[in-house]
Amino acid sequence: MDLWTVLEYAAWGASVLFGLYILYDWFVTNSRYSEEVLTSSREGELEAMTEQQKN
Amino acid sequence: MTDINISSKEIDGMGPRGTKVGLLRVLGPAHVWALGVGIVLVGEYMGWNFAVGKGGAYAALIACWFAGLLYTCVAMIDSEVTSTVAAAGGQYTQAKHIVGPLMAFNVGLYLVFAYTMLEAANAITIGFLVDSVANMTGHTGLDQRPFIVLSIMFLAWLNYRGVLATLTFSLVITAFAFVAVIVLFLATSGLTGASPLHHTDLLTGLPYGWVGVLAAMHFGLWYYLGIEGTTQAAEEVRSPARSLPFGTLAGIMTLLIAATLTWYVAAGLMPWEYLGQAGVPLFDAARLSGSTFLMVLLGIGTLFATLASANGCINDASRAWFAMGRDHYLPSWFGAVHPHYRTPFRSIVFLIPIALIFALGAPLDQVITFSILSGLLEYTFMPINMILYDPVPAEMAA
Repeated sequence: MDLWTVLEYAAWGASVLFGLYILYDWFVTNSRYSEEVLTSSREGELEAMTEQQKN
Repeated sequence: MTDINISSKEIDGMGPRGTKVGLLRVLGPAHVWALGVGIVLVGEYMGWNFAVGKGGAYAALIACWFAGLLYTCVAMIDSEVTSTVAAAGGQYTQAKHIVGPLMAFNVGLYLVFAYTMLEAANAITIGFLVDSVANMTGHTGLDQRPFIVLSIMFLAWLNYRGVLATLTFSLVITAFAFVAVIVLFLATSGLTGASPLHHTDLLTGLPYGWVGVLAAMHFGLWYYLGIEGTTQAAEEVRSPARSLPFGTLAGIMTLLIAATLTWYVAAGLMPWEYLGQAGVPLFDAARLSGSTFLMVLLGIGTLFATLASANGCINDASRAWFAMGRDHYLPSWFGAVHPHYRTPFRSIVFLIPIALIFALGAPLDQVITFSILSGLLEYTFMPINMILYDPVPAEMAA
């Protein structure tokens, strides 16, 4: 098995890992937080949040 | 708003009118520059040279500068309007506030199509580049699919994890790709020794006359197409009124310089008949310079420019999709923000399979055509937007 064949398998493996991470975190986040919190973002309401983070 | 706990440490950030988690304002002008230039710079590495095939080297230069003039106007429109409508969605949000909901819905869809298809095209190109490197090392028959999938999954993961890391990554690789163009110019210009450029022999006027110049025009867009993507960062920059104009106008200046230098070097090294059909003209120029260092530098630059473009496209497509979900133009489910990473995570995830399907199942030319057509439809809205735009609302002026 030459280097490029190894790299092909490594690329498949890394892709699966990235995908699994995203799916796992997505599932956990959707389970842990309510829809009201997750979809609470409103346009033009971030300035107050920025101030809060500075404190 | 007594029902909102602004001291919560679990969900960091509480707005006064219902926002409990929103996008994070962490970006500066350099990130805006990286977003705009990162999406476009791949056009300097490949694609622009088809203008040479249509009308010769001079026609490509005229197309380069004429398109540059038009895109400077685009950059100025976006700088002015978006710094006052500083929300995710870019041109979609501009259309919503300035024109109306129907125009906004259409512009939003054009944006998502343009960026998602361009992401798929970049992934296909990455597969091609890896295959080219494998061929140069003597390996034939490489399966490009794992590298196409990896590029999309890695960049989607990066975007999912946070905008600061995403655009800092873009900043580093875009700056590298831009510096590579500068180094190629300096190394071949004769400033540091004998120059391999032969403009006197290779510039042969307009082989197809002014009709060729007209035919070259639409490939002139490749030098700049995507700079308008800077507006998608409007809700995540610390100071929209400063960062957006600064980053966008610095971006168009960068592209004007890179485009002109690219044309100068490539037109001085290759006859127009070859240059007009080359797949990777800057890499070919580096090979013709006879320097292994330049060849490696421009090879890495080509890969980085392609990655930066795909990265910016994921960022921009997801913001447009998110903004449309938040405004109920799409199911509001898409308007969700990750409480920890503060990214539009559902929009990012939703667009992954779409990009994968087109990257793995559609030919490159069709994917690029889909992207460019969506971009052009989006541009048709911009003059209407600018004409209707009123920086001082009537009620305030009275």
